[in-house]
Amino acid sequence: MREMKLEQDLDATDRRLMVATQAGLPRVSRPYDVLAEQLGITADEVLRRLQRMLDCGVIRRIGAIPNHYAIGYTANGMSVWDVDDSRIDELGEQVGALEFVTHCYHRPRRLPQWPYNLFAMVHGHGRPEVDAKVDQIGLILGDACYHRDVLFSTQILKKTGLRISG
Amino acid sequence: MRETVASDTVLDEIDRNLINALHGDFPLVPEPYRLVAEALGLSEAEVLRRLDSLLERRVLTRFGPMFQIERAGGAFVLAAMRVPEAGFERVAAQVNAFPEVAHNYRREHAMNMWFVLATATPQGIARTIAAIEAETGLPVFAFPKEREYFVEMKLRA
Repeated sequence: MREMKLEQDLDATDRRLMVATQAGLPRVSRPYDVLAEQLGITADEVLRRLQRMLDCGVIRRIGAIPNHYAIGYTANGMSVWDVDDSRIDELGEQVGALEFVTHCYHRPRRLPQWPYNLFAMVHGHGRPEVDAKVDQIGLILGDACYHRDVLFSTQILKKTGLRISG
Repeated sequence: MRETVASDTVLDEIDRNLINALHGDFPLVPEPYRLVAEALGLSEAEVLRRLDSLLERRVLTRFGPMFQIERAGGAFVLAAMRVPEAGFERVAAQVNAFPEVAHNYRREHAMNMWFVLATATPQGIARTIAAIEAETGLPVFAFPKEREYFVEMKLRA
């Protein structure tokens, strides 16, 4: 796991760059020039800082976030699994590597209400496709998994993304 | 509050190629859209026009850097509640009113409301959870990540 404490390495200009880009990149021919002008630094410095934040993981990636529904993935199931603690890391890596899993986390159980410790998000073009994919995860987990469930989303109540204040 | 996508949203082959090409690795060069356009055999103006349209139609919810807030000193936690059906709309409005709530989904389960809290500091998570519990009168179950397993962003348009 790549866990580093990097907040002390981010300076005020990095934070201003984060705030300036959190709504999105300018959609003009020279977007980094626009940011440079906004921040009062050179475009080279904008590029250098973005590259550094990518390198250290403050930025995961620079790209587009599709609305899954709009690109045809109409079903979204959060599959949850009660997996043997001694095998969860080995199996979690295998589940995350499946091409249809978009998020995969080890999270704490909340007993007695919640026995599941592995969460894998699965998207599909309809529920039968999600169910079939969830079965594939089940095959990987095998007898290391004691209970499972799939929570389909039925409504997006809010989706604003994260907000960073300067 | 329901997020909708126009049912007449039609994606053509070029839109799909553009969405797939923009999944990540957006070039850090002075004219990045030109580079993307060249790879797809399009003009830069066409790429910008289509990108604007995809965002306007909400086919894309965002285009830009995706931050991993924990690496910048902040915190990001999945949380859930068991909300009685009769009060669901009221509780959804109460929860959504918190600016720390970044996403909120209704799911089919006794644990029927799932949301993500994003705060500038780790202490902000506990504070926000306490405030949501006080506001709604319901317990909040927090599911902080213990470990994240590597995934590619790989849903193809």
